[in-house]
Amino acid sequence: MVLVYIDQADGQIKKSSFEVACYGAALAQQLSTEACGIIIGNTSEDLSNFGNYGLKKVYSVKDASFNNLDPQMYIAAISGLAEKISANVIVLSNNTTGKAVAPGLSVKMKAGLVVGAVALPDLSNGFSVKKSVFSGKAFAHIKINTETKIISLNQNSYAVTKTDAKAEVEDYSANGGTPKIKVVKTDKVKGEIPLSEASIVVSGGRGLKGPENWGLITELAHLLGAATACSRPVADLGWRPHHEHVGQTGLAIAPNLYIAVGISGAIQHLAGVNRSKVIVVINKDPEAPFFKAADYGIVGDIFEVMPKIIDAVKNLKGL
Amino acid sequence: MKILVCISKTPDTTAKIAFTDNNTKFAADGVQWIINPYDEWYALIRAVEFKEKDPSTIIHLVNVGLAENDPVIRKALALGGDEAIRINYDGKDPFAVASQIANIAKEGGYDLILTGKETIDYNSSSIGGMIAAILDMAFISHAIKLDINGNIATAVREIEGGEETDEALLPLIVSCQKGMAEQRIPNMKGIMGARTKPLKVVEPAAVDEYTSIASFEMPPAKAGVKLIPADNPAELVRLLHEEARVI
Ligand SMILES: Cc1cc2nc3c(=O)[nH]c(=O)nc-3n(C[C@H](O)[C@H](O)[C@H](O)COP(=O)(O)OP(=O)(O)OC[C@H]3O[C@@H](n4cnc5c(N)ncnc54)[C@H](O)[C@@H]3O)c2cc1C
Repeated sequence: MVLVYIDQADGQIKKSSFEVACYGAALAQQLSTEACGIIIGNTSEDLSNFGNYGLKKVYSVKDASFNNLDPQMYIAAISGLAEKISANVIVLSNNTTGKAVAPGLSVKMKAGLVVGAVALPDLSNGFSVKKSVFSGKAFAHIKINTETKIISLNQNSYAVTKTDAKAEVEDYSANGGTPKIKVVKTDKVKGEIPLSEASIVVSGGRGLKGPENWGLITELAHLLGAATACSRPVADLGWRPHHEHVGQTGLAIAPNLYIAVGISGAIQHLAGVNRSKVIVVINKDPEAPFFKAADYGIVGDIFEVMPKIIDAVKNLKGL
Repeated sequence: MKILVCISKTPDTTAKIAFTDNNTKFAADGVQWIINPYDEWYALIRAVEFKEKDPSTIIHLVNVGLAENDPVIRKALALGGDEAIRINYDGKDPFAVASQIANIAKEGGYDLILTGKETIDYNSSSIGGMIAAILDMAFISHAIKLDINGNIATAVREIEGGEETDEALLPLIVSCQKGMAEQRIPNMKGIMGARTKPLKVVEPAAVDEYTSIASFEMPPAKAGVKLIPADNPAELVRLLHEEARVI
């Protein structure tokens, strides 16, 4: 059995959960078994819809003591269920919850863990999982040598497909033990698309000259339903918040489309974004290293080019 | 307060990434080695800041690796820390590495264990969470702020689309990322002092390895950029819509 951890926040299922469900279902097929899910925390969403993504059954843990993330409690709940249903592969998203939970789960279940998987395992010679290493500059094939295996899947690395199937839903009461972490508050930036989940990202660098020009980035992002990002100096200068910093020492992302505006494309920046499916670079310097990593590019001045792009997108969207 | 900071050695961020031995080994020839930036800039410097506020704080550094790691450990000692422990073990499996550190941590009686959020080479962000589970300690991952008041820690961690503030009692393990501390460079006094600070080498315990690296692979080269004239950005939008189908 394959067990997929379905992540939610404030009752809303995270986008990455559908991706891990599809991945888990495909993996189950590879192993000639079935995939089930576990969701921890209350949600009003119809969990039977996870059948659409290939899960046979979803176990729902609703106990209020789980409403906030305490890694060891989640570990207890997931490993408890895994044992009960004899799951020998567990799949999570490599998001903020997965990063907090997967390592401890690996210890608890004596299960080898691969963090940052980007493809289904290769079963031709044992169980080997391709993962991103050197901050996106290369891949490694990691062999898991334990009976039970845990895979933490990088976001935006597996295609989501849907059918009409429905999943069985069952309440599952788990014992998480005594909490060690108390969540005192959460602050969410309302209406913003989380960078790690975005399929389109518009990103600005020092070429924008100052925070007063960021309207060019945010307007395009808004039109495209995109998240905004920036290069490291931009965050260090305080032009943009730190959580937007992408690259080797910031967030690593892999959206379908990454639009880099006024970013030179230093190796440390590329490391965090080069897994993006399509890269567009707008830079006035034809020698900017970013063009070597790009799919489409415009050599030109941001302040002339960006307003025209914004107009063309408005046209496309019929605005 | 007694703090243990986990220090890893990684290739410099500009190092050329290539592999040898039929793509099974990282080509380390000529590579400059640095302290993993997350360990240095955030975990270690935050520990140093705690010590500056309360000089009775004791900071130990721990590294898992062979003697070739000593220069990087000395560099870390130049930034701060009272002594370092190197566990003479060459494994790459995160569980094995975490088990080695947990052995040291168990004996040391640390109130706080800090790690970087991940290393920039294997990107496994596993060590902190694994040590926590091995020693049954509380764990806060990917913290961007950490304050300690008596035996209560308050940490802010990044979550999708926002931040979360957590409280926990010491002893505690925290993995650190940007926001935690301000990057600094070692001064002359630190560099001189680091030479005489104790660097203890301990032999590894027998531990299990759950995973092994079978091989490496470079990403496929990009086909080359398609340039669109600057006076016709509408063409870019058309291509993204019709050819790449991403908008
Ligand atoms: C250890 C280490 C880790 C690092 N980690 C990261 C990281 O995680 N992420 C990261 O981003 N960086 C990182 N860096 C920094 C990195 O090396 C670069 O310095 C940084 O990415 C450069 O940012 P930038 O491209 O915004 O600025 P610049 O390099 O200054 O580039 C600005 C670009 O804008 C273009 N431009 C200027 N004006 C215009 C205009 N009017 N129209 C069009 N184009 C224009 C210029 O041609 C130039 O290419 C790291 C560095 C080190 C040493």
